[in-house]
Amino acid sequence: MKKPVIAARGLDLTFETRDGPVHALKGVDLEVCKGEFVSFIGPSGCGKTTFLRVVAALEHPTGGTISVNGMSPDEARRSRAYGYVFQHAGLYPWRTIAGNIRLPLEIMGYPRPEHDKRVQEVMKLVDLEGFGQKFPWQLSGGMQQRASIARALAFDADILLMDEPFGALDEIVRDHLNEQLLALWARTEKTIGFVTHSIPEAVYLSTKIVVMSPRPGRITDVIESTLPKERPLEIRDTPEFLAIAHRVREGLRAGHAYDE
Amino acid sequence: MRAVLPILTVVTAIVLLWYAAAIPMNAKWAREQAARNDVTLSLTELVADTWSQDRPRLPAPHQVVAELWKSTGEMALKGRAFSKRSLITHAWYTLSATLLGFVIGTTAGVLLAVGIVYNRAMDMAVMPWAIASQTIPILAIAPMIIVVLNSIGISGIIPKAIISAYLSFFPVVVGMVKGLRAPGRDQLDLLSTYSATGASTFWKLRLPASMPYFFTALKISIAAALVGTIVGELPTGAIRGLGARMLSGSYYGQTIQIWSALFAAAILAAALVAIIGLIERGTLKRMGMEP
Repeated sequence: MKKPVIAARGLDLTFETRDGPVHALKGVDLEVCKGEFVSFIGPSGCGKTTFLRVVAALEHPTGGTISVNGMSPDEARRSRAYGYVFQHAGLYPWRTIAGNIRLPLEIMGYPRPEHDKRVQEVMKLVDLEGFGQKFPWQLSGGMQQRASIARALAFDADILLMDEPFGALDEIVRDHLNEQLLALWARTEKTIGFVTHSIPEAVYLSTKIVVMSPRPGRITDVIESTLPKERPLEIRDTPEFLAIAHRVREGLRAGHAYDE
Repeated sequence: MRAVLPILTVVTAIVLLWYAAAIPMNAKWAREQAARNDVTLSLTELVADTWSQDRPRLPAPHQVVAELWKSTGEMALKGRAFSKRSLITHAWYTLSATLLGFVIGTTAGVLLAVGIVYNRAMDMAVMPWAIASQTIPILAIAPMIIVVLNSIGISGIIPKAIISAYLSFFPVVVGMVKGLRAPGRDQLDLLSTYSATGASTFWKLRLPASMPYFFTALKISIAAALVGTIVGELPTGAIRGLGARMLSGSYYGQTIQIWSALFAAAILAAALVAIIGLIERGTLKRMGMEP
């Protein structure tokens, strides 16, 4: 058995709010192995984003344990274990695309001669060659999001955490980016944690689907995908795909029934 | 070019109103003079007189323009641009104190804003004082600043610059606090996933994000700095500067001189704001952010 890259055991996170405590995560157990593509799916408030933020040390758990690459999330962050892609590309409007991708390199203190080489590499990876000197507002939403993925890839993190990166994009762009993301994943062999609330997106992309439900945020089902690694868009019409999608939907429904 | 027509319309309307207002304002003096000389004025004569008195209550626009030209362009042509009677000299004295005060005020404003954004104690403590400082009438505090500084041997441009800075730091504080806090949670979170230091967060995110706010603040601030300098020139019986010109004009009932100094100040303010506007456009354009 492979050593897990992300291991959570009995993870709790309670936010104290004026209306009393909110259990964002309760008793979450999960292992993610190297090279897996794990999707987190569930209705809003189920803790999927919170879990990703805990992995990224942007939130700190109130109970249980979590390790990333065998370290605490804080240590993992300092050792540049992961790149994080937010729902909104969040490119700096005053920097060119290349300048934005260079940002983590500047902050992490990569030697200057290396910057251009790395920027060129990752721009090629996300299919943005030739757009380095453009400013973000000159690019479409999909291209901006690709630039933000490139920014997360520019330093050598082997984990990519993505929080609904394509949530704000239209269906057609989304399909295209999903395909590209799979190709990128195959090429880079990174471990990917991907938050979404689209069932087809989760099933299409993942090797493992984590179904979550709210109040308290918890895992209701973990589905190991039986789909092959090679996935053309048409795979979404196969019975195998539909069966997995069905199981995800059942899982989501079960979570809701519990709630009402 | 489309802006020209509306602007011209407004200017024309103001000038017409001004000429109209000058008639009743100056008519009393004209009638009194006529009565003293035992002549009766026809309406045209009356109007003509109200527009050409030596010491009118309200000088007509052309009188102000003529005085402005006489004390600037004409003197410059005679090679006496920097004589004591030239408005250029006075404007320069005011301008130099304004620029010094603006630099002091802007620097202080930026430093205070950085303190407020990064230090909780300053966040709680500084803003109420900054606001309180602006509620004190500058006319009340300016003479005290000048007297106090004079008594410790500081005079000349510095006291005026300090009064000017006193007015000009405030918009910068308010604007920069807003600007430095402009980055959203996602942008700050992104930097914390890079384990960015406070210094790189400041230089790479907060400072560039604050630039549009900074320039807006600077435009208000430089106008305030000019007002501060002029106010600083009033109570001291200063003999130089636009404020001094206004004061001596009012001592001697030289309304035309007061108005021309006022206009010189307004032109100066407009020019300063326009220069900052140009720098703003250039900077933001280079940063890829059209204003």
